[in-house]
Amino acid sequence: MTVKYTEEHEWVKVDGDTGIIGISVYAAKALGDVVYVELPEIGRDMAKGDEAAVVESVKAASDVYTPVAGEVIAVNEALEDAPETVNASPEGEGWFLKIKIKDAGELDALMDAAAYKSFCDGL
Amino acid sequence: MAANSSKRESVLSLRAAEGATATGNSQVKWTAWRLKRWKAGDLVKRPADGVSADPSRESLRSDKTAGGTYNAEAESAPMSDLLKTKLFDKHVALGAKMVPFAGYDMPVQYPLGVLKEHIHTREQAGLFDVSHMGQCFIFADDGQFETAAAALEKLVPASISDLKPGQQRYSQFLNEDGGILDDLMISRLGFDGHTHKLYLVVNAGCKADDFKHITKHLPSGVSLDVADDTLSLIALQGPKAADVLGRLNPSVKDLVFMTHTDLPLTPSIWVHVSRSGYTGEDGYEISVKHDDVNELVDLLLAEDEVEMIGLGARDSLRLEAGLCLYGHDIDTKVSPIEAGLIWSVQKHRRSADAGYLGAARVAADMADKSTKRLVGILPEGRAPAREHTEIQVGGEVIGEITSGGFGPTVGGPIAMGYVARKYAKAGTDIELMVRGKARPAKVVKLPFAPHNYYRGA
Repeated sequence: MTVKYTEEHEWVKVDGDTGIIGISVYAAKALGDVVYVELPEIGRDMAKGDEAAVVESVKAASDVYTPVAGEVIAVNEALEDAPETVNASPEGEGWFLKIKIKDAGELDALMDAAAYKSFCDGL
Repeated sequence: MAANSSKRESVLSLRAAEGATATGNSQVKWTAWRLKRWKAGDLVKRPADGVSADPSRESLRSDKTAGGTYNAEAESAPMSDLLKTKLFDKHVALGAKMVPFAGYDMPVQYPLGVLKEHIHTREQAGLFDVSHMGQCFIFADDGQFETAAAALEKLVPASISDLKPGQQRYSQFLNEDGGILDDLMISRLGFDGHTHKLYLVVNAGCKADDFKHITKHLPSGVSLDVADDTLSLIALQGPKAADVLGRLNPSVKDLVFMTHTDLPLTPSIWVHVSRSGYTGEDGYEISVKHDDVNELVDLLLAEDEVEMIGLGARDSLRLEAGLCLYGHDIDTKVSPIEAGLIWSVQKHRRSADAGYLGAARVAADMADKSTKRLVGILPEGRAPAREHTEIQVGGEVIGEITSGGFGPTVGGPIAMGYVARKYAKAGTDIELMVRGKARPAKVVKLPFAPHNYYRGA
């Protein structure tokens, strides 16, 4: 499975035409303790860059944007009761939502893991 | 353990010899130190505009930021223009995340993180650098406490003239319309020879304006001495604070909530210390010379119970304690009565002719049942409702949240905000408009976390 990253620190893991979306280790660390995650409704159609979720730490609320366009097909309901999973496993169990990717071509504009790492190193 | 405790003993006896307790000897040393330190300030009335402070009132409130990047505050001043406290290098060395706050480069959190820092303070002892706050003294040339007290009573609703030596009160500076210019702590010094002096601690973001306000209104013969160039301020807060500070000087355990004294914490470090704070916990605020603050902080951090705590946890702690944050819950648009601070206005100071700036508004707001009130708000569910969130009842806007976030001790979202008076009763159902959706919440009594103040054995 390919994983791609955005400059806003979201990742999308591609499995066929399904995209799993979350925030990166870097983002989770920068946010600090996550206390609430608001997830989208299943069935919602999103354009690339639309607000897909909201993640809140003790102090701040941050938007999570979808890296590529698609329809929401699943959300990680476990985060409702255990938002701290985002800190514990941001790029694993702390995923936010799954979408049906509309245009796989949009993935090409995103960074791969190596490019994202050097992007973060430069921040 | 044995070696450790015998070492303590010897250090303590040394301190006693130097004057840790109120013996005749200590008085002499104490007075000498005080006089040396205060001489310049006592004699010279320093112009308020000589105080260097950025008057911008920054806050911790974070705007929503893109993609998980944590910006504690969108800030106007470039980093290079920011002031630094004497503990700046220590904050950086401890790995703090520094953010601009009220014109200062301040630690918002340490590697422990806001959540754990908050819990640590509630369970152990948290140490805060609050040196950005403004410290000053007010005293009369005639050496009479009554003269200085009468002058300050023209500017604050609190009764000052009946303060006993070592007593502390919370109050506010009001403008002529009764709006709050700042909130502050006022202490009458407790040490012999200095009990005619008032010691004030004001907010960092307001201090430049406060000092101008004070200077403008003080009568001749009463002086303001701003102590920013000599004094740092730290706070030790939490259930272990008294044990920890008591190891340096057991006398601190005798202080009760809202009292103040001067004492040595080591043979060479003398401090103003008050049993008060901004967390709802027992604890102390310690005013210490710039030259001594790093040594004192090192001594305190060496104790197992103590962790440095940043402004992030300071904000969540004070919100759980139901304490107002200037520029958010209180500002020039609201009176102390609307802000629920009537407890800080003594009964004989509640009439329109009480003789202080804004007294008419205080009296009017007490009589007028239609004015808004600051209330505690408990959102249902887990979604925090942040500052500026609209409050509705049945589709009608009845107010706005002024502080809101997550309460680590409460374990869920908490908020404070203003509502029309008829909705201010605890138990009232309200709705919070978070991201366009109405979410149920209830008006509740403050505080969210019980106050653990020490009021005596």
